Amino acid sequence: MLEIKNLHVNVEDQEILKGLNLKVNKGEVHSIMGPNGSGKSTLAQVLAGRESYKVTEGEIIFEGKDLLELSPEDRACEGIFMAFQYPVEIPGVANTYLLREALNSVRKYRGEEPLKHIEFAKFAKEKMKIMDIGDNLLKRAVNEGFSGGEKKRNEIFQMQILEPKLSILDETDSGLDIDALKVVAGGVNALRSPERAFLVITHYQRLLDYIVPDFVHVLVDGKIVKSGGKELAYELEDRGYGWIEEEKTAANS
Amino acid sequence: MSITLSEKDNGYIEGFAGFEKTAPGSSLGWLKSIREDAITKFSELGFPTPQDEDWRFTNVAPIARGSFDILQNGQGKVSASDLKPYQFEGEQINELVFINGRYSTELSTTTKLPKGVIVLNLAEAIDSEQDILEENLAKYADFKDEAFTALNTAFMEDGGFIYIPKGTVVEEPIHLLYISTSGENPSITNPRNLIIAEDNCQANIIEHYVSLDENIYFSNVVTEMVIGENSSLGHYLIELESKKAFNISTLRVQQARSSNIRSHSILLGGSLVRNNVHPVLAGEGCDSLINGLFMSTHRQHMDNYMKVEHASPHCDSRQLYNGILDGRSRGVFHGRIIVHEDAQKTDAKQTNRNLLLSDHAQIDTKPQLEIYADDVKCTHGATIGQIDENALFYLRSRGISKETSRDIILNAFTNETLESMTVDSVKNYCANLITDWFNQRKLAQKS
Repeated sequence: MLEIKNLHVNVEDQEILKGLNLKVNKGEVHSIMGPNGSGKSTLAQVLAGRESYKVTEGEIIFEGKDLLELSPEDRACEGIFMAFQYPVEIPGVANTYLLREALNSVRKYRGEEPLKHIEFAKFAKEKMKIMDIGDNLLKRAVNEGFSGGEKKRNEIFQMQILEPKLSILDETDSGLDIDALKVVAGGVNALRSPERAFLVITHYQRLLDYIVPDFVHVLVDGKIVKSGGKELAYELEDRGYGWIEEEKTAANS
Repeated sequence: MSITLSEKDNGYIEGFAGFEKTAPGSSLGWLKSIREDAITKFSELGFPTPQDEDWRFTNVAPIARGSFDILQNGQGKVSASDLKPYQFEGEQINELVFINGRYSTELSTTTKLPKGVIVLNLAEAIDSEQDILEENLAKYADFKDEAFTALNTAFMEDGGFIYIPKGTVVEEPIHLLYISTSGENPSITNPRNLIIAEDNCQANIIEHYVSLDENIYFSNVVTEMVIGENSSLGHYLIELESKKAFNISTLRVQQARSSNIRSHSILLGGSLVRNNVHPVLAGEGCDSLINGLFMSTHRQHMDNYMKVEHASPHCDSRQLYNGILDGRSRGVFHGRIIVHEDAQKTDAKQTNRNLLLSDHAQIDTKPQLEIYADDVKCTHGATIGQIDENALFYLRSRGISKETSRDIILNAFTNETLESMTVDSVKNYCANLITDWFNQRKLAQKS
């Protein structure tokens, strides 16, 4: 589904990703872990199409298409979704309006009829239950005055509405208490299917107790330096990242 | 014979001598003395300059240097079909139409007015409603210190006169439509509106300034609103003057106990525009909303001067004033709140948000609080920014096109102003004006 080859990315003239390789197949859940500043969020932003992140080398193929050629909106329509680490407040735009507009944009791209108000309300109702989202959160302006937990739940709720092929969760678990974490994980798990894939970027192994990954990758200094199964996450939890960095230095010398 | 006003060769004083002889109500002693006081004040004050603190950001030299004709009897050919684009859909129309500042009987209609309500043009009211006029006209708008008000007061000849007796609800809005048509030389009009509501009344009044041509002219407007106890009035100013025109408007509101004014301004036209809104919350428990949106482009200059005067205890005021600036336009927001010594428990809030769509547009925003009471709540806030790139990316990352995402953000901004408008037909009309403005901008960008 997704293949990243030798990806180099600059942010404000500083190289953040330095030759990243990653392959994600349908139905898989990949977790990316790594210390602060290793490039985890940069990877998420580049996949979503943030223009201030400059790809200097390498390629990203998504479902056979050159992702780097696509605008952020076309990527979303192709089935990529990023849950923001810091969801943006948009005063004056009702949450429900954004959701319907987004869903209908994606439907239009796929050549489907837009959903009418009533159809959309019906469709959203079920997803609201899963994400513990009330009517008032739908009516309020996007993320404006939302608590941290509400913002993150709202991101996953959007993901549920758009039903993307590839979901990227950028530190969605950061700052959540355990109850909110369970709701967020429940929302992700409800979407899991053999057709969909997930890229779960996190700082903490805790989230992976609830969203069990098939693969864990360790990102250090702009490169994936170690990959393994879910047990790698526990090892990182116990030992930190130091030993991996040492292994890497040893291998290089 | 026309009268021409200019600063050269004492033109305003000499023009006044000619004007005074034939002006409506020239035989009335009280009116004559007001006009004469006003021209004396105007000649003492002269046009303001940027040295004047209230005019720091707005240079009226283009007006001061100009020479303007007073057109006789509203010359210009206007037919009923010309009015169509400026009328509000779905309302019974109470509409006074003015062509180049003078009332047009043929084009005006008043229907369905409740008993005792008087809607007339000022020139006629000067004859038929002398007592009310003598008691109220020029009693509130300050022609002793404000040059443009003095100029208007000296040369006032026509405008809207609305009187609403005690306990009356006027359901249908009252529309004062001012139309400018071409003249060979730049012309001046001094529309003068007087709106009086007794106690326990309710009404909505719309002042609307439009042009059928793209000519140079100067609309110098003064409106006085006197609101009785427990009355609730809505006022709308829709300014769509020609791109070369000057518009200086002053709305002066006098509020009695427990009264409520909701003032809405939508400014889109004109080359040099100044909108003064000045409510005095004179009785206890008044409520004042000043809601406004200005949208400027090219080299337009739009100055918004708010002066909210709290003179009694327990009054609330809200200023929500937004600007969108494009091209090389320039905007000014000056929000002054004055809380007098007796006005304890005042709750005054001011917000001014500005969106710059171009690197060359410029805004000066200036809050000014003068507080002489000690138990008050006054807050102010101003923001200046461009379209939020993070918000744009967020919407796009959800599949919404760049253009639509932009529209969503801009509409959210303008909706803040539209939201508090209560007359739906007028709100829809304004919403369409805003949409047209954005569409024209898009067309200009594509070409």
